[in-house]
Amino acid sequence: MSASHVEGKLPHEPEKATLEGRNKVLGFWLFLGGETVLFGTLFSAFLALRHQVGDGNPTADELFKLSTVAIATAILLVSSLTSVFAIQAMHRNQVKAMLNWLIITVILGFGFLGLEIYEFYEYVHEGHKFSTSAFSTSFYTLVGFHGAHVLFGVLWITLLIIQISTKKGLTVVTAPKVYVAGMYWHFIDVVWVFIFTVVYLMGKVG
Amino acid sequence: MAHGHAVKRYSGLMDWLTTVDHKKIGILYLISGGFFFLVGGLEALLIRIQLWKPLNDFVGADTYNELLTMHGTTMIFLAAMPLLFALMNAIVPLQIGARDVAFPFVNALGFWTFFFGGVLLNVSWFTGGAPDAGWTSYAPLSTTTFSSDHGVDYYVLGLQIAGIGTLVGGINFLATIINMRAPGMSFMRMPMFTWTAFITSALILFAFPALTVGLVALMFDRLFSGNFFEVSNGGNAVLWEHIFWIFGHPEVYILILPAFGVISEVISTFSRKRLFGYSSMVFATVLIGFLGFMVWAHHMFTVGLGPVANALFSIATMLIAVPTGIKIFNWLFTMWGGSIRYTTANLFAVGFVPTFVMGGVTGVMLAAAPADFQYHDSYFVVAHFHYVIVGGLILGIFSGLFYWWPKMFGRMLHEGWGKLCFWTFFIGFHLTFFVQHFLGLMGMPRRVWQYLDGLGFNNLNLISTIGAMLMGLGTVFFIINVIITAFKPRDAANDPWEDGRTLEWTISSPAPEYNFAQTPLVRGYDAYWKEKMEGKKAMTPAEPLGPIHMPSPSILPFVMSVGLFIAGFGLMYHWHIVTIAGLGITLLCMFLRSVYDDHGFHIEPDELQDKGVKG
Repeated sequence: MSASHVEGKLPHEPEKATLEGRNKVLGFWLFLGGETVLFGTLFSAFLALRHQVGDGNPTADELFKLSTVAIATAILLVSSLTSVFAIQAMHRNQVKAMLNWLIITVILGFGFLGLEIYEFYEYVHEGHKFSTSAFSTSFYTLVGFHGAHVLFGVLWITLLIIQISTKKGLTVVTAPKVYVAGMYWHFIDVVWVFIFTVVYLMGKVG
Repeated sequence: MAHGHAVKRYSGLMDWLTTVDHKKIGILYLISGGFFFLVGGLEALLIRIQLWKPLNDFVGADTYNELLTMHGTTMIFLAAMPLLFALMNAIVPLQIGARDVAFPFVNALGFWTFFFGGVLLNVSWFTGGAPDAGWTSYAPLSTTTFSSDHGVDYYVLGLQIAGIGTLVGGINFLATIINMRAPGMSFMRMPMFTWTAFITSALILFAFPALTVGLVALMFDRLFSGNFFEVSNGGNAVLWEHIFWIFGHPEVYILILPAFGVISEVISTFSRKRLFGYSSMVFATVLIGFLGFMVWAHHMFTVGLGPVANALFSIATMLIAVPTGIKIFNWLFTMWGGSIRYTTANLFAVGFVPTFVMGGVTGVMLAAAPADFQYHDSYFVVAHFHYVIVGGLILGIFSGLFYWWPKMFGRMLHEGWGKLCFWTFFIGFHLTFFVQHFLGLMGMPRRVWQYLDGLGFNNLNLISTIGAMLMGLGTVFFIINVIITAFKPRDAANDPWEDGRTLEWTISSPAPEYNFAQTPLVRGYDAYWKEKMEGKKAMTPAEPLGPIHMPSPSILPFVMSVGLFIAGFGLMYHWHIVTIAGLGITLLCMFLRSVYDDHGFHIEPDELQDKGVKG
């Protein structure tokens, strides 16, 4: 089982070469199913409360600057693409290329986070605090949950990069980890597409 | 002994704290779930003592609110769920011919987070007041405006931590059942208990994240001045009800489906017949699981959602009676013409059938929205859900415990004490809750600590209290039985009921650490019975004897849960350093788990023993 990776080259899909690997991939798909319900509930709460702005507080239309959000969206979408390149490199057994694409993914992830922190900072200064209204609470909870997921993702992928580049290399044990981290990153990206639509675009028109 | 990698093996207490063996984790779930069952039962008895006569002042109104809240919360989240997880952990891998679960480490983590979440919730008794907003914790009652002490904070954080355990447990069982079935064990050859564990796990996966969000929202409102449910700032109290019940209704099917599974196994075994209508049983289980997500608003008929919503949810609720009826008839037809043996396990199973039907009938009554305006928040509702949860789930758990006790511990529970336990508990149960239907119809409201004299409630309440005492006595008889059994030699046969039909009865009692020395080849439904009918004594192996790979024990799940427990306190009392330290401990454990690979160890063929090494 776990000892078999020592000799010979990696199989074509190293993430599914062992039962442990297949379990990990399946278990992670299931976990993402649960995450879908989690974000679905957060979206529902936001949709129910998004018009409850309160008197004198900035509305969604006044707050949101689509230019910043569009840049953040572009960065996150590109990072999803680079994570695909990383997995493709893994399947070609090109460890160096895989690591480079993962590093680019992490850098883009940090760029996204920087923009989001800047955005929140601006909002607070315009009087849109967490406790201002039901709209602000549900906004920060939904977008903040997503931001926390991005933060966890970049830390996780960074840890994987360090492990694979320094000691462990790409094996049938580490390959499933990279693969599920990629799944996680795509999921975060899809959630953001919904946030961009439901929170920001609908905030501008509604 | 270990080849390739030296692995430390612990004994005594450390063995239990570090185990990743699904059979030992099952026993841990049984012990702690049993403990919380006793705590919740004690709270129930105090409630019944308070209500035995009109205008009683045995406990105060505030204490009564705490008792009823903690009774409900404890029984659902800390007793019923873990007792089901005990049976699922102990039996499901054996029934599908697997050596272990898909994620042994995560399995241990699930247990310890449940355990520390439960402890955190109960610590509230000693720190100035338990939660007192009901197990449903409706806003605005649960917001800081009306509940200013820390009680509801304990509810929010304790359940959040325990919920993590349930969620990862559900994912673990799904992956195990999908990926780790023995050769030949197709989905439509899986034993009914495994099927119900599978569907229950799917419901957990899709229902618990909604509770997570609800608890986070309530926590944000209470601790960080959020406005989800704060009406004065635009929040919406009904939103909590929606979120709670979109989790809460699937939750009751999460509870009852595994009990259906147990009953199917026990009735089939002790009728010496194949389960009648196996495919329709599977279909009914899946359908109940699906419909379980479509009916949450039947808890909210009186909120004012309007006649269209009420009508739709009313019809959807009544639909569930159809697959449930299919199950009831299948059990009856399984018994029909069988050579029935009334062991204690089967007594509980047979007692379950009419009791659960009664709970189902009142369920259909409550599903009629116009009539529900009369029943709502009365003792009729209390009677209904105790008929399905105690009369359904708890009888099912007792049945499963008597049935699988030899497989879990290697000893048979005493049948005499068992039958005494059944009759006391069963009669006590009906005495307690049957009369509550009428109390409800006469207008007695639930969750009120006193009632006036002269309303005609006195005698029925007295009967109900006497019944509750009998149920307590029945539980004591069960504990006596367990203690007596623990002192008997561990001599249960592989197939102690002699009519075992499924794979768990092909291996020793208790099961060895590695479960199956050779993975069995499954040639049909009721795999073992099929071999028996062809005159064979054992399963055909699907692989030659060889070294068996095992996962290493680990203390990390325990420490991770301790970290969350500490962080829970920090959040509640705004001690930010404590919060950061607690979360830091948990994240550090995750870091260690990621960096240090678990290579496990191998058990060589000459080391395979017959008997398990636990007790």
